[in-house]
Amino acid sequence: MAHAVSNPAGAHGGHGDGHHEEHHDQESMKMFGFWLFLITDVILFGTLFATFVVLRLNTDGGPTGAELLEMNGIIISTFILLTSSFTSGIAVLEMNKGNKRGLILWLAITALLGASFIFLEVNEFIHLVHEGANIGTSAYWSAFFVLVGTHGLHVSVGLVWMIALMIQLGRRGISPVTKRKVSIVSLYWHFLDVVWIFVFTIVYLMGVM
Amino acid sequence: MSNHNSHGHEAQHNSHGGSMKSYVIGFLLSIILTIIPLVVVMNDLLSKTATIVLILIMAVLQFAVQLIFFMHIRDEEKPRFNLMALIFGLVILLTIVAGSVWIMTYNAVG
Repeated sequence: MAHAVSNPAGAHGGHGDGHHEEHHDQESMKMFGFWLFLITDVILFGTLFATFVVLRLNTDGGPTGAELLEMNGIIISTFILLTSSFTSGIAVLEMNKGNKRGLILWLAITALLGASFIFLEVNEFIHLVHEGANIGTSAYWSAFFVLVGTHGLHVSVGLVWMIALMIQLGRRGISPVTKRKVSIVSLYWHFLDVVWIFVFTIVYLMGVM
Repeated sequence: MSNHNSHGHEAQHNSHGGSMKSYVIGFLLSIILTIIPLVVVMNDLLSKTATIVLILIMAVLQFAVQLIFFMHIRDEEKPRFNLMALIFGLVILLTIVAGSVWIMTYNAVG
């Protein structure tokens, strides 16, 4: 870790030249490409939300959301995800300061919060299945598990990605390439928080009203 | 490794990453915008329609907070391709969601 701290000091060495500008353009194009991916994800979640809203009353005489959903766990996981969105922002701030240790530390905290979110979600799903609501129970529960599960899957992918990135940062330090990768993963994480806000509002809050 | 990073560029880049202050403000706002709907729903403070309208407004505001304070959409340089792509995505999103709800609520057959 010793060389890790001294590394960013060298980041202010040379002068901006033509090559660097080109490189920067390419990196910002990659950011834009990722942004376009997020837009397609917006549309994906849009179709899942539309499905859920349309099917929200079709419980086929089985259990309803209001009967089975436990708000306490959901409130905790909402604040966990909210906090992790904030901590991933701090990671980016540390990166801009050139502090590699701080960057990895805050990414690790973010990943830990993300992991607790997934842990709570898996527990919730197990609880629901024990109570007799699985993905095949009714149209409502199919829509519920697909929507909430797709979000959970996104968070899980984000976790694996973040861990891989921490390993890479440990090896390569903060470079223009790893900088762009951290910015992208943090963008992805903020996006997942936004999606969760709508899941929380539409599925849970409206479900228990 | 990254020694072709000029000072001037570094400073410019920092302004794009936001500041601690903006992250803290964003975080506090998003906590407030989560607690308000929670309190209203758990205590049945308002009528059903009013509650739905209120919590949807809170969710949209929270989306704006994340976008501005965390995703820095306002700091983007012209031409604002990210913003344009986002607006395009939102138009599709609203069409899918509002269209589906409208069709299934008012025009269901049988």
